[in-house]
Amino acid sequence: MSSAPSVSSAPASPAPRKARPRRLGPGDRIFLTVIIGIPLAALLFFVWLPALASLWLSFTTWDGIDLVDIHWVGLDNYQEIFTNYPPFWPAVRHNVAWLLFTALLPTPFGIFLAYQLDRKIRFTRVYQTAIFLPMVLSLAVVGFIWEIIYNPDTGLLNGLLNAAGSGHHIDWLGNPDLNLWAVLVASGWRHTGYIMILYLAGLKGFDPALKEAAALDGANGRQTFLRVVFPALRPVNVIILVITVMESLRSFDVVYVLGGGIGSKPGMELLSLLITDNILGESSHIGYGSALAVVLLVVSLAAIGTFLVQNFRKEDQ
Amino acid sequence: MTTTVPRPASRPRTRREPQQPKTSSRPRRQTGRHLMLGGIALLWLVPLLWAMYTSLRPYSDTAKHGYLSWPHSLGFDNFTDAWDQSGMPHFFWNSVLITVPSVLFTLLFSSAVAFFVSRFDFRWNIVLLMLFTAGNLLPAQVLVTPLYRLYLLVPLPQWMSDSLLLYNSAWGIIAIHIAYQSGFCTFLLSNYMKTIPKEISEAALVDGAPVWRQFFQIILPLCRPAFAALATLESIWIYNDFFWPLALIETGDKRPVTSALANLQGAYFTNPNLIAAGALMTAIPTLLVYFALQRQFISGLTIGSGKG
Repeated sequence: MSSAPSVSSAPASPAPRKARPRRLGPGDRIFLTVIIGIPLAALLFFVWLPALASLWLSFTTWDGIDLVDIHWVGLDNYQEIFTNYPPFWPAVRHNVAWLLFTALLPTPFGIFLAYQLDRKIRFTRVYQTAIFLPMVLSLAVVGFIWEIIYNPDTGLLNGLLNAAGSGHHIDWLGNPDLNLWAVLVASGWRHTGYIMILYLAGLKGFDPALKEAAALDGANGRQTFLRVVFPALRPVNVIILVITVMESLRSFDVVYVLGGGIGSKPGMELLSLLITDNILGESSHIGYGSALAVVLLVVSLAAIGTFLVQNFRKEDQ
Repeated sequence: MTTTVPRPASRPRTRREPQQPKTSSRPRRQTGRHLMLGGIALLWLVPLLWAMYTSLRPYSDTAKHGYLSWPHSLGFDNFTDAWDQSGMPHFFWNSVLITVPSVLFTLLFSSAVAFFVSRFDFRWNIVLLMLFTAGNLLPAQVLVTPLYRLYLLVPLPQWMSDSLLLYNSAWGIIAIHIAYQSGFCTFLLSNYMKTIPKEISEAALVDGAPVWRQFFQIILPLCRPAFAALATLESIWIYNDFFWPLALIETGDKRPVTSALANLQGAYFTNPNLIAAGALMTAIPTLLVYFALQRQFISGLTIGSGKG
């Protein structure tokens, strides 16, 4: 704030530093303080204060009813989670499976679709809308739709399979070996459209001259994408990577709805569900749930931190 | 106002103009592409069309012939029944009361923060931006217990909440949406505002315009495309959210329509056709928002991020 960079007067000079307005009157300062103060206060009070409180609660034991019953237990919750909480490691495995699946199938597929739709062809809007539509639907609708597809007795999938002559029912959501994959299909159904739209937006801002140059040099479609377009869209790629990681770690809604609410189902344990079970479930173990939440938080922060460092390092210079 | 937006490399592209009319094999390739994209689009619609089909059939028909059968009669009875029997108008109204202020204030707050961090060179800008961005990336479950306790401690006057608390009132849901979502919007808007040339602010400064005029009369109007995109996304997310009402609203009567649908599912679980109709009806507002803002949606999402 002390050293004001000189405001460049020549319009052509490539001034990389941000030009700070030289004079900020008292009115300006009050205005800026107010417009930054209110959102900041809201953010700190409603988001960061609870996040820190969760961190503190993770070192305690509490049934969630009376504040005087909060007892400090140190690292007991964490020790318990890592060594003596059966659903924990399956949940971690499922979260990892979720991440790998989403990163390897729906995300590249969404990018592929965006690249196809970015060419000037007819009906783009129609295709776009159809594939983005699942993102627009509420979870209640998504959950319900997949429920009537996966239902073992009346569902579309088993109906079609029986019609094809296989003869026996498959309990898609009840079988612990199958249900995670069934849910991942539903989740990928939504995720693809989201990635497609974000990438499409990135491609719209892409300089077409680069593509033409590549075409002149004799690059085919695949080469143009892999060698020219994809590397040039690095900022969008970073955003998509973060979204994929965060959505996979936080994934909750689809499983919650398809699993029938609170209470993790065998085969569908996820960290977010275990937290919700312990916090909102019938027998509240707040300290326990908070410790699980902190584990999720730490993993998320690793992703967030990578993103923020990537994103802001350039600006800092 | 300004036509001097310097975007040197990108020349104006019109929508219909083909980019390069050169390869002779183009028409055939296009057919293949249409077949592929059409097939994928159709595949993506199948679940939705199936739900639609179910909702149009009377329960008695499916009970007799099974769900995978040809219809003997189709009609909108399930829709009218779901509308009448579940009190859906009331829950829709709850959703409107939560979604509209949440989206408006999220956009207002985040554009203010984005303005601050992107147009002024203060020392704490990056920390501030990180605080907001990272806040949005925190899992909701990490916040919920302390938030619940906090809401029980914050008193509200009678006219704002009949529970006299932030807990169990729409205000609490609106507050957490604004605080939580402004991170995402701040991040995108600050990227967008960085692409607005400094010369514009400088010209205003030379003319002696105070900062608030720059904000309201120059920057905000220029952000219109970004606002369209964010308004679409945020309306969809906030309207569809059901986690916060589940945790922070006790009375089912006060919940938004997406959470209330669970009630319908509980009460009419034996009649999936009726629930299908109810579920599809809750999707109508988000569909309307998407179709209304679709034109600006994609271009607004660009947010200057493609200019690597």
